[in-house]
This record gives sequence, structure tokens and C-alpha cells, in this order.
Amino acid sequence: MSPEWLDLTAVKGAPEFLGELVPAGEKLYTCIQCGTCTASCPAAEVMDITPRHMWRMIQLGLKDEVLHSKAMWLCSVCYSCSVRCPRGIPLTDTIAHLKQLATQEGIEGVPESTCFYRVFAEVMRRYGRMREMEFMARYFLATDLFAALDYVPMGLAMLSRGKIKIEFPRLVGRGRLDRLFDKVAELEGKLS
Amino acid sequence: MKYLFYPGCSADGTALEYKRTSEAVLTALGVELQELGDWTCCGSSVAPVVSDLLSVVLPARNLAIAERTDGHCELLVICSACFTSFRSANTRIATTPGLLDMVNEALEVEGLHYSGGVRVRHLLDVLANDIGPEKIEKKVVRPLRGLTIAPYYGCQTVRPYGDYDDNEYPDSMVGILEAFGADVYHHRYEARCCGTSLVTTKPEVGLGMAGRILAAASPADCLAAVCPMCQMNLDAYQDKASLVVGEELHIPVLFLTQLLGLAMGMSWRQVMIRRNIVSPEPVLAKVGK
Repeated sequence: MSPEWLDLTAVKGAPEFLGELVPAGEKLYTCIQCGTCTASCPAAEVMDITPRHMWRMIQLGLKDEVLHSKAMWLCSVCYSCSVRCPRGIPLTDTIAHLKQLATQEGIEGVPESTCFYRVFAEVMRRYGRMREMEFMARYFLATDLFAALDYVPMGLAMLSRGKIKIEFPRLVGRGRLDRLFDKVAELEGKLS
Repeated sequence: MKYLFYPGCSADGTALEYKRTSEAVLTALGVELQELGDWTCCGSSVAPVVSDLLSVVLPARNLAIAERTDGHCELLVICSACFTSFRSANTRIATTPGLLDMVNEALEVEGLHYSGGVRVRHLLDVLANDIGPEKIEKKVVRPLRGLTIAPYYGCQTVRPYGDYDDNEYPDSMVGILEAFGADVYHHRYEARCCGTSLVTTKPEVGLGMAGRILAAASPADCLAAVCPMCQMNLDAYQDKASLVVGEELHIPVLFLTQLLGLAMGMSWRQVMIRRNIVSPEPVLAKVGK
């Protein structure tokens, strides 16, 4: 048993926050702050808090501070930290969960990212499959149309090489995966 | 040798050349492929941000179709994000009591049922281990001699579910590239992240990640990729990545299956090299049209 002053489970707010962070959950208590995650992360240098720092803040129950940080949105889901973590904590999957919690609480650390996930999910639900061009068009419409100008040369190159499939949006009627998405939401409602 | 085939959304759109060449080379190597009927998106790395259950149900929908089509057949995927989604769903179902029942309750609205037993394989695994370099070498009629190829594996091809290779220093592609008669150019970014969606949401970060890979691989004639997202990030964004890393980047990025097709004697047209943004024609001229 660890001495009481080392017992992080007694930290106010920490047990609840960790409980929300499946699949790692209480495994996060075992983080020894070695920093291998930060050293392995291709985006750590541009994060406002490093991954190591973030796990410590989670242990200390600093939920608001963590959910308002931009760090999680710079994770590109490369799993380098996960495969190297000496404690075997599923860090990358936990970051997906942090993104989920922040989104549920309406916190937009990086609005472009929240928009990216929202529009992706909408297109997937509507057509059952990703329509890359409609997705990009809707993403730029919702974020920064001006930024889209930057992509015009690339778009033209792709068009001339036949990589862009022209499909007209279908905006009325039920989406291909509406029933499945609704059912999942219903089942999740039962859980909470 | 037969596999059920899940192409995934990108391979049906921007990366159609990957789907077509995968089908062509595997067929020529004596593999029977059956495309999954009525497949839908695997959920990619987006579903886990929306909901835990959705991130299992979306891949499970396709796994259920695979099971119904042929319960004994493995499912072949050519996109590394799809590979991770499917493997992750199977792992979670196997390790979370009660999850499979809930997944099936959801799948009922689609008239589907999954029992959890479909094995999912990445194309690279199948090429390297089920078929193998020796068999590939026997089919090579136009050796890619004189061509130096830099392998690029990316992340999710080998992490976290790359049980067929090393998570950090993969080498599945080496034997295959050598079977083509090509020289392999090793670089330190073979399994580093391509930047994925960050090239869109945080271009200054994502393009830096893509740019560093391209710069490291630049001494080679071209890169070989095995994921539509990696290939797109490395090929289509080179002008932008050049500005971010402050270095002129210009290196063709081909799918491994396009190179395999060429080595097996297919024409430039058949392997659809016109669809590559950075034209591979100048370097491919070395080995004949």
C-alpha cells in the first residue's frame, strides 16, 4: 500500500474523472511520469501541455484544465505512445475519449477539429460511406471558406488526374445509417 | 486462397488506383477476392470521438456481413485506418463482457448479427506472409532494377495491431521490394505518422509531419505506401509541405500494389499512374514503359 500522501485516489475530483476515461480508467494512476509518451509524440512540441503533463493533471483531477487544453486535438492517433508506455496504458484510446468528453461539454479547444469530426460523422451517417469531396466542401464552409482558396491548386491537380468523383449531395430523406445511429444513441442513453 | 474484400471509402474515391491495382495483382497471384456486399464506413478514427458504442458497431456491421457471406473466410482490408477499426472492434468485443450483446441489439435494425469471429488481415500482411516474396518474385517479368524505393508503413498499418510485424521497425515490405528487383532505401521515418487529419485541421503541424517524411525519403526515386490516407498526405500536399519544411520536395508516392503491378508486367495505364499527383513517369522510365 502506498502511504496516504501518495494515494492519488484520495485527490478531489480525480476518481470521477478517471472513471470517465475508459479504457484506461484507473490504470492512469500507474503512470510513473517517465515522459516516454511525450518523447514519442510527433506533435508534442506544438502542444500547450505535453502528454506526460496531461496524464499528471488527470491524476490530480484537473478536468476543466485538461478538457480546455488544445493538446488532445493535436493527437494524430499514431499509437506511438501506446506501444511504448512502460505501464501499458492505452493512452491513444484515452485521448479519443478526452475528445469525446470535451465535445459533449461543448468545449472547442481547436474549433477546426471539432468541426472535422462533426461533419465527418454527418456525411458517414447520411451516405453510409465517406464522400471525400462533399466532406471537404462542408468542412471549409463551416470553418474558413477563405482558407479553401489555398487548396484550389491542389483541387485542380486532383481534378485533372481524375481523382475527384463528382457526386451530387442528397439532402432530403432518411440517411443510410440513421436507424443504426439512432439505435446506438438509444442504447447509450440506457447506459448512462 | 480466398479472402472477403473490404476496400473502404477512400479506395472507392480518391484512391481508386489502390483498389483496382490491389484487385489486379492479387488475382494475378492466384488469390480469389470477393468484395463485401453493401459495406459501409468503418468509422475510422472519428467514431471513437463520437461514441464508444458507435466505434464498435460501425465496424461490427461490416464484420457481420462478412460472417454471413462466408464465416470461414478472412477479411482483407487495404486501408490502415479500417484495419485498426476492425481489429479494435474485435478486441473490445472479446475483452468486454456484455458488449457483443449490445452490439447485436444495435445491429438488429440492419437485420444483422455478429458472433465475433471474423479474422481481419491487412493487405501488407497477406502479401508478405500468405503469398510471400518468393511467389511474387516468380511472377516478376519486368524487374524494377535500378529503381530505389523508400518503404513507408505509416502508423496504423503496424500500430497497435501489427501482429505480423514490428510496431516500431517494420520490415514486411523489404522482401517484397527486393522481389521486384528494386533497391530499398531505408530512412528513419518509415513508421512515423503522415499527419492524418492534421493536414486539414492544423496544416502547419500536419504538413510538417508529412514534409519530414518526404525530406528523409528524398534520396530514393519514389516512396511505396500501403494506406490511402498516407498516400494522399504524402503525394497531394508536397507543394504545401515544401513551404512548411523550407525544402523543395518532389518525390513520387506510389501504392505498393502499383509497383507490384508494374513488376508483374502491367502497363502504366493498367496501374493508373496518371492518378498520382507527383508524376512517377520520369523515374519509371528507368525500368521501361
